[in-house]
Amino acid sequence: MSANLSSILFLITGVLFILALRGLSSPETSRMGNFFGITGMILAIVVSILSVNIFFSNLIYFIIALSIGGIIGGIIAFKIPMTAMPQLVAGFHSLVGLAAVLVAISAYYSPDSFGLGAFQSIKTASIIEMGLGVSIGAITFTGSIIAFMKLQGLMSGSPITFPGQHYLNALLGILIISLIGYLIINQSTQIFWMLIIASLLIGFLIIIPIGGADMPVVISMLNSYSGWAAAGIGFTLENTALIITGALVGSSGAILSYIMCKGMNRSFLNVILGGFGTDNSSGNTKKTTEQKPVKSGNAEDAAFLMKNASSVIIVPGYGMAVAQAQHALREMVDKLKKNDVKVSYAIHPVAGRMPGHMNVLLAEANVPYDEVFELDDINNDFANTDVAYVIGANDVTNPAAKTDSKSPIFGMPVLDVEKCKSVLFIKRSMSPGYAGVDNELFYRDNTLMLFADAKKMTEDIVKHLD
Amino acid sequence: MEIDPFIFRLSIFILSIFIGYFVVWSVTPSLHTPLMSVTNAISSVIIVGAIIASFSSLDGINITFSNILGFVAVTLAAINIFGGFLVTQRMLQMYKKKEKKKNK
Repeated sequence: MSANLSSILFLITGVLFILALRGLSSPETSRMGNFFGITGMILAIVVSILSVNIFFSNLIYFIIALSIGGIIGGIIAFKIPMTAMPQLVAGFHSLVGLAAVLVAISAYYSPDSFGLGAFQSIKTASIIEMGLGVSIGAITFTGSIIAFMKLQGLMSGSPITFPGQHYLNALLGILIISLIGYLIINQSTQIFWMLIIASLLIGFLIIIPIGGADMPVVISMLNSYSGWAAAGIGFTLENTALIITGALVGSSGAILSYIMCKGMNRSFLNVILGGFGTDNSSGNTKKTTEQKPVKSGNAEDAAFLMKNASSVIIVPGYGMAVAQAQHALREMVDKLKKNDVKVSYAIHPVAGRMPGHMNVLLAEANVPYDEVFELDDINNDFANTDVAYVIGANDVTNPAAKTDSKSPIFGMPVLDVEKCKSVLFIKRSMSPGYAGVDNELFYRDNTLMLFADAKKMTEDIVKHLD
Repeated sequence: MEIDPFIFRLSIFILSIFIGYFVVWSVTPSLHTPLMSVTNAISSVIIVGAIIASFSSLDGINITFSNILGFVAVTLAAINIFGGFLVTQRMLQMYKKKEKKKNK
């Protein structure tokens, strides 16, 4: 295939990928978008195979590799529970990162096949692009592995900090930039591998201090990195499809990170520097000295309250995912609807562990998406609502974010659940949420605490609704 | 003076960032998780590099170090491509089922 024809076909791949993202602007067009994405990918693979010299033995291995990957990917896609989406996406990002690193190493050792010159005398522009691609790829790889382990519970979700952490990271950052610069003068294997090792190390170090509830930002950021890594490799290989895709994915991840940071009213830097929720805030110490009274109730009370309400808003959070309570919740809502109770769902932008996490879980439980509302669209409705049912959310409902300027979460947009006539708050214990802040909502007169596992409590309420 | 082809690629890159910016802002927040899984799937287009690496042999007889890296990269990218698109499809189907239910 001529280089011009393949370039044009790669451009078409890029356009199909743009249409794939465009399709996600509404659920109706989204499946068509995914179809465009798949078509673009098949086109890219076919064009690349037709553009290289096919050797029989290599072709066999290639087909084996493609099949193994395809089967593993297919099995994962069908078996994975929807609650595990955040760690799945993190795991997938690590694969993109590693693939980028492997392609870059391969290009470094056989630059002639990639049209980049000869071994250790690669064109200057290409070696810079390659250095950037391999470095970002390596950071994506180790960073995503840590994110995966934190989300999967293989390592503690709490921030891991040590003195001098930021200095070490800054030092490594400078080292990486200098190594890329040094590669221009001296393309020795030692420098190249040192660059890879330093990048792997910094990927690991920048993610360990970031706590569990900040994961939406981290996953979005790694999503963005995987895009930039692809773009870096795209420049090296002079491939339009990779450049376009890298740019799309890079900006997509960046926008999602921005939305998540805004949802927490924190700067991106503040999230990345990490350690949030480890320092004992004043609210925490105060709690131990004075015990304020809380009203707690059981499933029967909750069922009675909701049955006699005319409207209920459900506020799901990460706890719903942990307890896998979405199906029980849907059952409860069905019963309520039969009793002519108007039910809607309110989703905070940072509820859960990744952007849109709650929406997917509710979709899995067959909740119609037009009953699910974003923060800005529903926040005014709480004042006219009888019952708010808070299931597994905490910090995103804390009124202190609006009133207490000393609170670590001050200024964060929150759901105004306290404006409801009554609030049902499911929680396993009185422990504070992720931010380490006591939620003053617990002590309000109109709050009824339901101390139980979210799924069990919801199921019990269902029984009492009959 | 002739323009370096790099400038053209850079132009494509910059313009694509802007396209990505506007397209992604129009994505509805309820589909942010499928957005992440599909961007993940499409970024596996890095497989084009893995394919070049897999066939970078000069004689077609000996399997080189670069070839092996290529095969591994093909496997990883394939996991992502199949896994990413299929899981996205699975999620999007869940959004569909309810439409039907509602229409009934």
